[in-house]
Amino acid sequence: MLAPEERTEIEAEFPHYPNKKAVCIDAMKIVQKHRGWVSDEALRDIGELLGMSDADLDGVATFYNLIFRRPVGRHVIYLCDSVSCWIMGADLQCRHASERLGVRPGEATADGRFTLLPIVCLGACDHAPVMMIDDDTHSDLTPEKIDQILERYK
Amino acid sequence: MPTERPLTGNMRTDGEALDLDAYERAGGYRALRKALQSMTPEAVTDEVKSSNLRGRGGAGFPTGLKWTFVPPNAPHPRYLVANADEMEPGTFKDRLLLEGNPHQLIEGMALAGYATNTDVAYIFLRGEYKLAARRIEKALAEAYRAGYLGKNILSSGYSLELYLHLSAGRYMCGEETGLLNALEGKRANPRAKPPFPPVSGLFGKPTTVNNVETLCNVSHIVNNGAAWFRNLSRSKDSGTKLYGASGKVKRPGIWELPMGVTIRELLEEHAGGMRDGVRFRGLLPGGASTDFLVEQHLDVAMDFTEVQKAGSRMGTGTMIVLDDQTCPVGMVWNLEHFFAQESCGWCTPCWSGLGWVERILRAMEEGCGQPGDLDKLAFQTRFWTPGHTFCALAPGAAEPLQSALKYFRADFERHINEKRCPWR
Repeated sequence: MLAPEERTEIEAEFPHYPNKKAVCIDAMKIVQKHRGWVSDEALRDIGELLGMSDADLDGVATFYNLIFRRPVGRHVIYLCDSVSCWIMGADLQCRHASERLGVRPGEATADGRFTLLPIVCLGACDHAPVMMIDDDTHSDLTPEKIDQILERYK
Repeated sequence: MPTERPLTGNMRTDGEALDLDAYERAGGYRALRKALQSMTPEAVTDEVKSSNLRGRGGAGFPTGLKWTFVPPNAPHPRYLVANADEMEPGTFKDRLLLEGNPHQLIEGMALAGYATNTDVAYIFLRGEYKLAARRIEKALAEAYRAGYLGKNILSSGYSLELYLHLSAGRYMCGEETGLLNALEGKRANPRAKPPFPPVSGLFGKPTTVNNVETLCNVSHIVNNGAAWFRNLSRSKDSGTKLYGASGKVKRPGIWELPMGVTIRELLEEHAGGMRDGVRFRGLLPGGASTDFLVEQHLDVAMDFTEVQKAGSRMGTGTMIVLDDQTCPVGMVWNLEHFFAQESCGWCTPCWSGLGWVERILRAMEEGCGQPGDLDKLAFQTRFWTPGHTFCALAPGAAEPLQSALKYFRADFERHINEKRCPWR
């Protein structure tokens, strides 16, 4: 079941588009905002609201890297691995984050606190290397800086 | 005379966005008022045409001309989309405009909407630009309240609805027709053309898609005129341009400068030259999908025409600098890894060829390069040309690879001959 606030937020998108199907990406992101990810059950509920099959919805969901079809940690770390960050040592930062958290990119920590994901260029190349955690961009990364930043996310 | 910086000159120095009051005090929405009260849509288009504004998303297509492609008797609703899906690696210019002055984009869109007789407009924003999203939402609410958007704008009879769409990732969404599919709630595969979007675009209706920086120029052109805009530039391509530099330069950053400054000026004066201890080897002038330029090109003017003559493209105008402590093969591997990962899988030369090339480059970096690899790489790039694929992703991927094979061939050969990456 969609929660009432999820439903309200999805329905608020309806007037922005000429048909309900166009709302599906927004709808999945809204559910994800509330639950962290989009489960099979959530997919069916969204499908019912929008008049789409869950297979159709999954086809869309799996195209987009910011829609999660598996549970993630409470905080998602997006480490940029594109060219400017790579030149500035993104590999080292990724290895450091990976070792500190004890996970490989793509995995969640055992305590459910973090998921570590690689991401394409975050558009902050003058401050490379860069990562985002949840909604915040962190730049000019060093291993020490990564350690300090991670402490802020409980 | 100080350089005029119409796009960024009024921005706050503390990094906050201009709110509506501050934007109006700086002359904001004067152009919209002027256009709606004293100009026909055709006159707005003509002014932009005569300004010679070229699209700032990378392709440099003349904006005014693009606006004339919607047939006069085309059905409604007509759509306008601001492509704010800034995902070209090494590019960070639209973020500045979106975060620093969202009203400038909104006014530009209202003007473009009026010129193209548009009913509904979207800002298609990449999902990671959360700060920009919050600021655009606030600006949209302010603009609606002030009557700059919505029904009967400034009592002119012209109406425009403008919505923000926050995307969910993937480089393909920045491709014009991929973007339209994404807005329709589909996978962002490219569409076959024709029909082109001005005839049949979003939801099958006439659609104009422009880049953020392009649209941000429009209010200034309407206010100050086409001749003023042409004179801002040092070259045939008019206006100012947001230029950037990243990599191991002393002062990476972004600067609004007259169109046509030289690469050397950008690199040495604005970016402060190379960091101590590293030497310049080459650069991608405007994002991942542009050909490398090297030492001999430093005096080339950064505009669409001149960079093309030098064998590359200005692209987004944000340069990525390669230094002598960084492996050129590793850099190309990183780029091709990106393109292979972001390929939507629609066309064979792209999904198959990119994966193959990425594996060859990885093998080379890991000391497993084979004689004949360079021929294989060059062979693949020949399939990644317009006409073999639906969109520009694979043609874009060919550019850094083919030029690296030309300028850094000896480095590729060393990887194969020494069976290792000399930089590791």
